[in-house]
Amino acid sequence: MKTKSRASARTAGKPSIETGAQIIVDTLIEQGVDTMFGYIGGVVIPLFDRLYDAPINFIVPRHEQGGCHMADAYARASGKVGVVLATSGPGACNLVTGLATAMMDSVPMVALTGQVRTELIGNDAFQEADTTGITRPVTKYNCIVKDVKDLARTIREAFHIASTGRPGPVLIDLPVDVEVAKFNTDGPAEMKLPGYRIRTKGHARQISTAAKAINKSKQPVLYVGGGVITANAGKELSAFAEKAHLPVTMTLLGLGSYDQRKAESLDMLGMHGSAYANYAVQQCDLLIAVGARFDDRVTGKIETFAPNAKVIHIDVDPASISKNVGVDIPVVGDAKVILKALAREVEYQERKKWFDKIAEWKKKFPFRYDQNSSTIKPQYVVEELCRQTKNEAIVTTGVGQNQMWAAQFYRFFKPRQFISSGGLGTMGFGLPAAIGAQIAKPNETVIDIDGDHGFNMTMTELSTAIEHKLPIKICILNNGYMGMVRQWQELFYGRRYSKSYLKNPEYEALAKALGAVGMTVDKKADVPKAVKQMLKEKQPCVVDFRVEPEENVWPMVPAGKSLDEMSGLDILERLI
Amino acid sequence: MKHIISALVENKSGVLAHVAGMFAARAFNIDSLVVGRTEDPALSRMTIVVIGDDRVLEQVRKQLAKVVPVVKVQDFVGQPVVARDLMLIAISAPPEKRSEILSLIEMFRGKVVDIGQKFVMVEVSGPEDKIEAFINVCKPYGIKSLARTGTIAMPRHSRADMRPAQTSNDQADA
Repeated sequence: MKTKSRASARTAGKPSIETGAQIIVDTLIEQGVDTMFGYIGGVVIPLFDRLYDAPINFIVPRHEQGGCHMADAYARASGKVGVVLATSGPGACNLVTGLATAMMDSVPMVALTGQVRTELIGNDAFQEADTTGITRPVTKYNCIVKDVKDLARTIREAFHIASTGRPGPVLIDLPVDVEVAKFNTDGPAEMKLPGYRIRTKGHARQISTAAKAINKSKQPVLYVGGGVITANAGKELSAFAEKAHLPVTMTLLGLGSYDQRKAESLDMLGMHGSAYANYAVQQCDLLIAVGARFDDRVTGKIETFAPNAKVIHIDVDPASISKNVGVDIPVVGDAKVILKALAREVEYQERKKWFDKIAEWKKKFPFRYDQNSSTIKPQYVVEELCRQTKNEAIVTTGVGQNQMWAAQFYRFFKPRQFISSGGLGTMGFGLPAAIGAQIAKPNETVIDIDGDHGFNMTMTELSTAIEHKLPIKICILNNGYMGMVRQWQELFYGRRYSKSYLKNPEYEALAKALGAVGMTVDKKADVPKAVKQMLKEKQPCVVDFRVEPEENVWPMVPAGKSLDEMSGLDILERLI
Repeated sequence: MKHIISALVENKSGVLAHVAGMFAARAFNIDSLVVGRTEDPALSRMTIVVIGDDRVLEQVRKQLAKVVPVVKVQDFVGQPVVARDLMLIAISAPPEKRSEILSLIEMFRGKVVDIGQKFVMVEVSGPEDKIEAFINVCKPYGIKSLARTGTIAMPRHSRADMRPAQTSNDQADA
């Protein structure tokens, strides 16, 4: 939190009369905002007028949902707070999916929405919606500012709440009369949050208890979630894992927190996780969860999850502890601080038997696909992307099969490299997320590994990418289906592919019509060449990979089964 | 099990919606909820009666504490408290039954606050079981209408030092 007051920053202590809109812009700049996403509308014209010559890179999406995902991915890629701005009514309503996505994945965001004049609120005015009412369950906090004198303070509070503790989106609703009201900005506007407290340090005794349990454990597993990336604790995590000598498995959102090229990496666990991670979790005697929340996609059947394990849970959110799985040693606080402290107390243990067992599983059940197939296997495309980008690209995804293959076959090694809608599972996230990530990291290669149906949902944002000349790469794993739904229909509904197939456009022609590069790849042999060409492009590039239509994601823990009751292992074994 | 949760919250608009919305979204069962001012104009107190097992209640306390404008959360379970409901009840009271009804009111230490040709309105306060008992004895005469506040509670300070209330910090800091 910056302490410099807005007034002193601008006028060196002199009182100044400002409009609400100007106070908003000044406070955003004071909070370090240099990039924003948003869409104009009637009640935010005064605010956009003040943004006209403000030193802020302002990106206009083609739909507010896209803008919200962009701000979200901008935050995930940069670690900064993502800021999105929308008008009242429909503008605010269009943010809802994006806010829920950010809320589920604990992404720091501030959303500003215009609102009708204060005296019209509740009258069903034009473009009025009860924005705070609609967005309350999908934000960490929200409020409406009805008095210009509360503006600067409220915005500061919003940034503080969004970015600290377990982060999340905060929305401020701004009636247009507050934007135009004048206020003497001289004077303090300190935060007043008596109910908002965060524990950072972690209880020393609990840390010691945890360290002792780790030192004693013969078969431990370190289970890492997105919280480690949020806490910028990647280095601390690796140092701790290496010092104690622990195998590391990651959730979908945890990917990137530990180098997957290392032998100790068990890769992703859960429903479509690796067999070796799932076996290790089920057989471990100690499960050390860091910044993870025991989501149902991770645990499988909760009653039989890690049945022999003592559980240590490190999390900044006390409410996450013992929510789904009973915890033996809770440690509440910041992952970075606690992992550092833990690393000091743990000792290296050989654990040869355990690591031998793990190595055996890894050898027996790696992620696999049919390399001899004559069709393009989607997994092959992801592998080729990983190979040609030397594991270094920032990858965004859609949701479903494409997302799981990206998670299984791209090997990540650094935090903030994998950007995906984990909790909410928002299809259409991939493209706007790639835009947000590319804006945050202009010098990195950003690839959207997407599905055809997901791309269809937000493809209008291709225009945004073209306008800003962003060299994002959109790889559509085009199987014509809602792939994951089709997989479930195949496995559990007797192949009755009810409404999971759509007529897709010619993506190459579509991309070209909008002004991007478009390619179609329908031969396996052309994949490497197409990827190479795509990586060279300096403008948005859409590659339509016509992949095997009925390929499945394996292994799979069917809903209601234990983690070690995976389907598809026999199929994978036959592929050797 | 029934728990009485007392939450100090910031006295500003939207707080009730934040709290009630959280309860609904997380499928916690509210038996009653009372909000009122406190000695500090900046704070209100919510007294919420919740039914659930220990695990549910642990989540209730933690999720409540997580709501930004909630300042402090206490669960009075296992602690000596004074818990009171207030009720207004209009009972059908034809002249021939009136003295009988009045003696019942007396027994429950109720107060007649309004009286008409055919009914009496009575104010009763006390622990929940007393209120329930009074409703039961009134039923045969006919209850015209009834309004209750829900429970408010405070720990007995005379014995409060014996066993501190469980606060939202339990577990979390453990």
